[in-house]
Amino acid sequence: MFDFFKGFGVTFSTMFKKVVTEEYPEDFPPAAPRYHGRHQLNRHPDGLEKCVGCELCAWACPADAIYVEGGDNTEEARYSPGERYGAIYQINYLRCIGCGLCIEACPTRSLTMTNFYELADDNRQDLIFTKEQLLAPLLPGMEQPPHPMRLGDDEQDYYVQGPTLARRSDVADAVGEQVR
Amino acid sequence: MTTSLEKPDVRPVPEGHVRLTIDGEEVDAPKGELIIRSCERLGIIIPRFCDHPLLAPAGACRQCLVEVEMGGRPMPKPQASCTMTVADGMVVKTQHSSPVAQKAQEGVMELLLINHPLDCPICDKGGECPLQNQAMSTGRTDSRFVDEKRTFPKPLAISTQVLLDRERCVLCQRCTRFSEQIAGDPFIDLLERGALQQIGVAQDKPFQSYFSGNTIQICPVGALTSAAYRFRSRPFDLVSTPSVCEHCACGSAMRTDTRRGVVLRRLAGNDPEVNEEWIPDKSRFAFRYLTSAGRITRPMVRGSDGALTETSWTDALRVAAEGLLAAREGGIGVLAGGRLTVEDAYAYAKFARLAAGTNDIDSRARPHSAEELDFLGAHVVGNGPERLSYTRLEAAPAVLCVALEPEEEAPVVFLRLRKAAQKRRQKVFHLGQWTTPAVLRTAVELGSTEPAARDGLIRAVPGAEAAVLTELADVAPHVVEALTGGGVILVGERAAEVPGLFTAAARLAERTGAVIGWVPRRAGERGAVEAGALPTLLPGGRPVADAAARAEVEQAWGLPAGTLPATPGRSTAEMLAAAAAGELAALVVGGVDPFDLPDPAVALEALRNVGFLVSLELHTSAVTELADVVLPVAPDAQRSGSYLNWEGRRVRFGPALDASGVLPDCRVLDTLAVEMDVDLFTQTPAAAANELERLGRHVGVAPPAPSVDPAEPLRPRFFGQAVLATWRQLLDESSLAVDEPALAGTARPAQLRCNPATAQRLGLVAGAPGTVRTERGTITLPVVFADLPDGVVWLPANSPGSQVRGTLGVGHGDLVGVSA
Repeated sequence: MFDFFKGFGVTFSTMFKKVVTEEYPEDFPPAAPRYHGRHQLNRHPDGLEKCVGCELCAWACPADAIYVEGGDNTEEARYSPGERYGAIYQINYLRCIGCGLCIEACPTRSLTMTNFYELADDNRQDLIFTKEQLLAPLLPGMEQPPHPMRLGDDEQDYYVQGPTLARRSDVADAVGEQVR
Repeated sequence: MTTSLEKPDVRPVPEGHVRLTIDGEEVDAPKGELIIRSCERLGIIIPRFCDHPLLAPAGACRQCLVEVEMGGRPMPKPQASCTMTVADGMVVKTQHSSPVAQKAQEGVMELLLINHPLDCPICDKGGECPLQNQAMSTGRTDSRFVDEKRTFPKPLAISTQVLLDRERCVLCQRCTRFSEQIAGDPFIDLLERGALQQIGVAQDKPFQSYFSGNTIQICPVGALTSAAYRFRSRPFDLVSTPSVCEHCACGSAMRTDTRRGVVLRRLAGNDPEVNEEWIPDKSRFAFRYLTSAGRITRPMVRGSDGALTETSWTDALRVAAEGLLAAREGGIGVLAGGRLTVEDAYAYAKFARLAAGTNDIDSRARPHSAEELDFLGAHVVGNGPERLSYTRLEAAPAVLCVALEPEEEAPVVFLRLRKAAQKRRQKVFHLGQWTTPAVLRTAVELGSTEPAARDGLIRAVPGAEAAVLTELADVAPHVVEALTGGGVILVGERAAEVPGLFTAAARLAERTGAVIGWVPRRAGERGAVEAGALPTLLPGGRPVADAAARAEVEQAWGLPAGTLPATPGRSTAEMLAAAAAGELAALVVGGVDPFDLPDPAVALEALRNVGFLVSLELHTSAVTELADVVLPVAPDAQRSGSYLNWEGRRVRFGPALDASGVLPDCRVLDTLAVEMDVDLFTQTPAAAANELERLGRHVGVAPPAPSVDPAEPLRPRFFGQAVLATWRQLLDESSLAVDEPALAGTARPAQLRCNPATAQRLGLVAGAPGTVRTERGTITLPVVFADLPDGVVWLPANSPGSQVRGTLGVGHGDLVGVSA
C-alpha cells in the first residue's frame, strides 16, 4: 500500500521539474560548444583553402578514417597559399571515432570540428565525406578557389597576418566553425 | 719450478687492429676505421648528416662530435667522429657517456636548425628525415634563436628532375661529394660564403647527370626533392617492396614504394655486391609506363572488319591457338624480345620447341650475328658471378670496354669502373670513336683528364674495331700489357654490328689471360641465353646440334626420343626475311619494337605479310597494330620473377602491386600451349624456374668458339660521305621511359658529332644544324665537335629527332651522306 504512494509520488513530483527529454527530430538543440562533431576544412579570409595536404591528420588518426593526397599549386590553379594543397581529402565517418586527434595534428588549423552531429545514413558510400563536402562554406568576401593569393605575396603573409585579419571586421570570419 | 704469478691472459690485439675504449667498453677495431663506424658496430649511434659510408669523410656538418682522449690526455675540443680514425689506447666518449659531447651535439643541432624552416608538414622528407629524427633524439627541446630565419626563393629547379630548397639545406655536401666522387659530373657545388653559403649549379649548366636521383635519396634533409614525387605522398602511407631494375642488365637492387595500387617512387636498394646504394635515374624514375595510356589490359582479337576488339581470355586464346595450329605446317617463328625474365624466356624457349615444333626462336631484338651466337655459346652461357663479378671487375688492374659505352648502356658497371679508377687506379680502356664523358670520368686522374683520357681511348673507325683489336699489340702495346695478368674485357651487345669483333675480343682475352664478360643492354638478354631462347641453344646452354644434349632435354621434358627439332633455328633477321617473303606462316612476338631491329622496314613488312601474328605486349606498339591476337602480359611490378644480370647473377623480385587480373608471359604461353594440346608446365614463374633449375647446365663438349675474320671497314668513297658511328643514350625514346617528362629533361641533347677537319670537309659548322641522309630519310641535328676519327660522324641511336635505324635504315659502320 505504501509502495503505491511512493511510486506515484515520484511521478507527481517529476511533473514540477524541468523536462530533460530532447524533442530531437522536431527540435534541434545545439550540442555543447566543444562537441566533437563533423569536421570542417577552413578557408583563409579570401577563400583559399587552409589545408596544405600534409596528411598529418591521417597520420594522427587512430581509426585510419582520413585519406589525403597532396598536390602542387601552380600559378594557373592555386587552391592554397604556398606550394602544396590537399588535392584529395576524404573522411570516412563509418570509421571516425570523433577523438579529435586530427584537429590537434593540423599545423594550419585547417581541420576543425563543428557541432554538427547528424551523421547517419543508409549506405556506406555516402558516409565517406569528400573535400567538397568538408570545406567550409564561402562567406561574404570569399572567392571559390582556384584563384591567386589576394591577401599577400606569399604564404607567410597569410600565416603571419592570419590572426589580425580574423579580427578585422571588414574580412569575413576566417574560421567560421559553426555550421549552423 | 716457478709458480706463475703473471696476470690472467690479456686477449692479444688481432693483427692490423687497435684497441680502444668507447663509452667504457674495450673494442678492437681495424686500423684506419673511423670512430663513427666502430661505434656503429657496438650499436652506439652517433647522430650525423654528412657522413655516408660510400663517400669520403668530409666533417662538414659537425653533428657527430664526441669527446676523445689520447694517451691519457683529453683533446681540448670535441672531435668529429666521422673524420677521425681509431688509434691504440684511444678513449672515446659519445653523447651517451659524456656531457661535453652531448652539449656539443645539441649546440650543433641548434645551429643547424637556426635557418632550417619549420615546414616539415609540407616537406617530402617529413617522416623519413634524418634531421627530424636526430633533432628529436639528440637536439635541444627549444631554440634560443629569436630572429628571422634566412629564406631563399623556393624551390630552385637545378634540373627538370631535381628541385632544391636551399633554406632546408644543412650544407652537409653529400650531394656535391656524390656528384664529384661517385658519378663524376660535378655540376652541383657550394656557392657563396659564410651565412649565404648555398648549394647551386652554374647558371648555364643544369644539373645534368644520369645519377642525380641518388643525391635526392642521400640528402639527409628535404633540400633535394624530385619533381616526379614532390607532394605525392608521405612515408607512412607507402608500402615498400624490394624489387629489381628492369631497365638494364646491371641487376640493381631497388625498393618500390606503392600506395593504393599505384607505384609512387622507386629508390635504390642496398646490394653491396651489385649496385652498392646507387642506381641510375632511368631505374629510379622511369616507371610511369605502368600507368601510361597505351597499356593493354584486355586480350584483343582482330575481327573480320580488320579492327582489334577486346574479348575474353578464353576467346583470344582459342583464336590464337587455332591460328597457330593451322600455321604449324608452314612454320612458326618466335621473337621473344630482350626484356623477359628468366622464367618467361624459358617459357618462350619451351613453347617454341614443343608447341611450335621449331628452333626458330630468338630473343635478340637488335642487330645480331651468327658470330654472336657462337660467342654466347662458348664464352657466356653457364658462367656466373664466380667467374666475373662486379667485385672481380673492381679488383682488375685493367679493363677494356669493347663496343660498350658503359655510362649509356650499363650505368652501374660505369660506376664500378669509375670507383676502381679512382680508388685503385684501375686503367680503363675504351675501344670507341670519341672521348665520351665515360672515357673522361674513368680516366685515372680526376682533374687532369685530358692526357689520361687520350690514353684510355683506343680510337677506331666504325667497322674497324675488330682489326684494331687483332693488331692491338702493335696499335696500343700498353693496353695488352695492362690486360695481361688479371685484366677484364667487357664486350657490349653492339659488337654484333662489327663482323669479327667477338672473335677478336675472345682471342685477345686468350692471348692476355684476361677474363671476358658480355654486357648486354637489356635486362632479359643474359637470362634468355641461359633459358634457351636462342636458335642454337636449348635451356642450360645445351647446343641444339648436340644429340646428347637434346636427349637430356627430351628426357627432362618427358618427350619421346627424337621429338625435339634437331636443326638449329633461324635468327631474328632470318625469320623476318622469311616472313617478309611469305615463307613463315605465323609469328609469336613478345615485347619487340620493330624499330630496334636491324632493318625496321623488313621487320614491318614481315609483320604485315606473315599469315598469323600473335603479340604478347604491355603497351600498344607497331606490332600490336598489325597483330591478329594481342595478349596482355603483367609488368614486373605486378608479378614475381627473376633476371640474370650481366654477371650471370640471379636477381629475384616479387610483386609490388596487387597481381590479380594480369598474367605473366609464362602463364599466358602455358595456357596458349594447353589450347594447342601441349603442356609446358610454366603456369607460375616459380614452376618455370624450378624446372629450369632441375634441367641444370650443359656438361660435355663446349660449342666452338667464334671464328670470323675482321671485315674491311667501309671507307667514304664520294664527297659528302661519312662512316656512321652510333649507339643509344641512356635516356632516350625507349618505350619504358614514356610519360616521364621530368626525366626526359635530364637527357643528354641529341647532337651530331664529328671532328673539326671532317666538319670542314663536309661543310658543317659547330652549333649549326647538320644533316645525315640515306635513301630512306634524313636526320638533322646540331653539330658538335668531338675527337672522332676522320670521316666519321656520330649520332645517338634512338634520341628525340634521331631514330637512326627507323629513319635512316642503317647502323654502326654504314656509310651515310652528310651535309650542312
